Amino acid sequence: MEKERQGIGSRIKRLITYVVLVLVSMLCLFWFYILFVNATRSNAEIQVGFSPVPGKYLIKNWTKLMQGALPIWHGLFNSLFIASLSAILTTYFSAMTAYAIHTYEFKLKKYMFTFILMVMMIPSQVTALGFLRLVDDMGLMNTFVPLIIPSIAAPVTFFYMKQYMESTLQLAIVEAARIDGAGEFRIFNTMIIPLMKPAIAVQAIFGFVSSWNNYFIPALILQDDKKKTLPVLIAQLRSADWLNFDMGQVYIMIAFSIFPVIIVYLFLSKYIVQGVALGSVKG
Amino acid sequence: MRRKIISGMLAMAMAAAMLSGCGSKGGSGQSAKASDGGKVLNISCWNEEFQTRLKEHYPGYQEIDKTTGKIGDVTVKWKMTPSTDNAYQNALDESLLKQKDAAADDKIDIFLVEADYALKYVNTDYTLDVEKELGISADKLSKQYQYTKDIVTDSKGNLKGVSWQACPGAMIYRRDVAKKVFNTDDPKKIQEYVKDWDTFKQTAATLKKAGYHTTSSTNDTYRVFSNNVSSKWVVDGKINIDEQIMNWVKLSKEMFDQKYTETYELWSGDWQKGFTSASDVFCYFGPAWFIDFTLGGHDLDGKWAATDGPQSFYWGGSWICGANGTDNKELVKNIIETMTCDEKVMTEFVKKNNEFVNNKSAMQTMAEDKGYSSKILGGQNPLGMFCTGADKINLNNLTPYDAGCNEEFQKAMKDYFEGHQTLEAALDMFYKNVETKYPELKH
Amino acid sequence: MKKAQRGKKSKVVRYNRWGYIFLIPFISVYVIFQLIPLVSTVYNSFFENYRSGLSQVGPNFVGFDNYLKIFTDGDIWTYLKNTMIMWGMGFVPQILLSLLLGAWFSNKRAKIKGTGFFKIVIYLPNLIMASAFSMLFFVLFSEKGPINSILVDLGILQNGYKFLSNVWSTRTLIAFMNCIMWFGNTTILLMAGMMGIDPSLTEAAEVDGATSLQIFSRITLPLVKPILIYVMITSLIGGLQMFDVPQILTNGTGNPVESSMTLIMYLNKHLYSKNYGMGGALSVLLFIITGILSLLVFKITDKKEAK
Repeated sequence: MEKERQGIGSRIKRLITYVVLVLVSMLCLFWFYILFVNATRSNAEIQVGFSPVPGKYLIKNWTKLMQGALPIWHGLFNSLFIASLSAILTTYFSAMTAYAIHTYEFKLKKYMFTFILMVMMIPSQVTALGFLRLVDDMGLMNTFVPLIIPSIAAPVTFFYMKQYMESTLQLAIVEAARIDGAGEFRIFNTMIIPLMKPAIAVQAIFGFVSSWNNYFIPALILQDDKKKTLPVLIAQLRSADWLNFDMGQVYIMIAFSIFPVIIVYLFLSKYIVQGVALGSVKG
Repeated sequence: MRRKIISGMLAMAMAAAMLSGCGSKGGSGQSAKASDGGKVLNISCWNEEFQTRLKEHYPGYQEIDKTTGKIGDVTVKWKMTPSTDNAYQNALDESLLKQKDAAADDKIDIFLVEADYALKYVNTDYTLDVEKELGISADKLSKQYQYTKDIVTDSKGNLKGVSWQACPGAMIYRRDVAKKVFNTDDPKKIQEYVKDWDTFKQTAATLKKAGYHTTSSTNDTYRVFSNNVSSKWVVDGKINIDEQIMNWVKLSKEMFDQKYTETYELWSGDWQKGFTSASDVFCYFGPAWFIDFTLGGHDLDGKWAATDGPQSFYWGGSWICGANGTDNKELVKNIIETMTCDEKVMTEFVKKNNEFVNNKSAMQTMAEDKGYSSKILGGQNPLGMFCTGADKINLNNLTPYDAGCNEEFQKAMKDYFEGHQTLEAALDMFYKNVETKYPELKH
Repeated sequence: MKKAQRGKKSKVVRYNRWGYIFLIPFISVYVIFQLIPLVSTVYNSFFENYRSGLSQVGPNFVGFDNYLKIFTDGDIWTYLKNTMIMWGMGFVPQILLSLLLGAWFSNKRAKIKGTGFFKIVIYLPNLIMASAFSMLFFVLFSEKGPINSILVDLGILQNGYKFLSNVWSTRTLIAFMNCIMWFGNTTILLMAGMMGIDPSLTEAAEVDGATSLQIFSRITLPLVKPILIYVMITSLIGGLQMFDVPQILTNGTGNPVESSMTLIMYLNKHLYSKNYGMGGALSVLLFIITGILSLLVFKITDKKEAK
């Protein structure tokens, strides 16, 4: 009797779970559907209103975009290059910084932690114009350097790594490795980094996506068309003159620029799932 | 190098701004004698429009790739920055401010501006005087429409830029609605119903009774009013709201309250709904490009007609400015002359790019051409009307603050029209927002 | 004896020296690319310093005048209130949803099929650029847009509802968008934390007969607390820096009557005239406000631990 009721209860529970999950997934996928539909419609159709049925302009929009003046393959490569390097640098060095604060005892430790947290509270818009002037003075305009190197100092990523270490990393492992005679740098690279895999994968995704979608700073730094990233090219498409203005192309370009991120995301999300396995080994 | 970093550390904008501000006068004297030395021609713009024109119509322009070209032995470098989020002006400002310190081959030679913010650049020494400094004679410019010159004439009366386009506007209405409500779709007769704003309002009431909105949005009529002001937005450092602008407020509030119109943003989907037969919008205000590339292409093609409307106005256009400090003055002069004064080249623009060009005689010829008619307007040739419209536009009351004032004014009034706040409160919000954008202004 | 002790001490010191070494890349990059612009921001907040067109006004030292002007205008409090309301409206459902999903996904007993799919799907909205996402919303919720036509067709509404002309519908839309865009992000963060938990802990509890809810609230939640604090702090900071979505959705106006105008939208207006003076002062205030609120979150979460 008792058992049976539990059975029904858990079945209802599961049903609710699935209903919620399906609803949430629909809420997430709906936007991609609209983007796709709009990418298949002509400018005139899009202007006048939305329709849930895909149009017939997908191939036309695509060929127009390919024949157009924008070097979108360059844009794709540039975006990939900048976003990948940023993601790698930001996760590696944030982990390193977090490790330094988490493991070692030194005089300035407490101050450093508060200091970095304070840095996090500064809105990025605030320093944007000053940053630009600085980049100009350093002669780095129209290069990728100012879009990649600053990601080494990412307080938000650092903060996450620090919190993650706090909840999962035991210092005993480090001690043990030291007794085995491993150097500090080696301990970090060969032991800590693998242990941090789930956190690194998570932050790598976030870092990659935010760099991928960044428009404001790249728009002001990259002037050469061949060096521009995809969001800048999309904006350029949107500021086209009335002769060439075409929302169908804008949408297909947005769709085009989302694809690579999805692939990178799918690739990295594997590591998050793998994190489970790692966790159990550790235990 | 070191000095530069320190200055960046302490001062960011100001040091460089002051340096280049002081130096620009010296720069112009220098470049006057060295007429044609530069090997690189840098052009700043926000889209491919001018590049396409140059490629197709400028003799000797060879495209190397999308961002470089060659004219003779001079390399042309295009610096394109999208206009989204003000990025174009931000990038242009930074380049111009360091124009003086830049190496000859890095200096901007030509940049493009739009009417909204043209005076920001025109009223400075960063632009070259078309007649005195570039040496293009007034005679050559004489066929251009006066209003296109007004927009780029600085406060001292010097011409600082030139456009190859003109964008005079008209009132474009639906023939089927006109026939139903007024029993005629003849532009001359319809003009009688919209000859001035009072009549326009009465007509709006008639249209409402028949079940139609007169315009798609209150913003449709805005530029028709703002192009005909009798005083400037800013007088002696104080914000001044012209009577004409207040007339727009009065008319729009009434029209919105009576449901003759709505408050949609221009370019929004709701606003564009009126392009189709499924909607109940009677008319739009727009220039030639608006008819061909925005209004057209829907199921009402051929069912539109154009008439003068209550007042003349313009909408859009790009202007070419020669940058002070250029090392390619002769070439800059030649490009501007070819693209904006050469009737033969400009007639090609009309034919190939369907452009309304800034050349009275070229357009007059087209206007009288019996073979030319607009499909979208059901066979009407609107060019004659545009030509007279362009002649009537008078833009003596421009200021560098117009872009911000016009934008903020329409935004603030939307709240008033929709009844979210009183006119006084909406005006206060307008003042506040303009003073944030332009801290030097008071009211 | 003494010798050995000294040897040990110096070894610890030698280790700890690595603390500094590991900090070098972060600090050096930070100093160059962020501190320099930042110091100048603070410095500039005491000056009248802006551009009128292309000509520079100032810098003239004005002391605290910029701050005074912000306070006498008083708008900053309205914008702060707007920002916090919209953040809260988005964050509460977001964190609840994330905790729920996180718990479901990390609960091996629940045996939910297709978690792999759901885990991947929830993060997808974050991949769309905020500007593109806002564009879509603007279209969907316009007066003659698809949402309204569905509502009218169903007979729920008679005429299209002006979502973006009413205070609470505008705020709700903005909050809703932020929630959709970020809940996947939060879920992933929490999940990564939950998966780092030693499974033997939960297994032991299961053997003792604890229910899923008990395991979640007594074991999982306390263990992921550091991550939870992280989520709250970063979301708060992100919320205070809310910009893209309301800016594009309301065309930069924060309409109606600035009820959806956020602090950064206000800052953005000052940046139009390169107003380093007012912009700087506003930034400093924003920094102080963020600091106070973050400290509050830290304090509240710390107290719970004491109990």
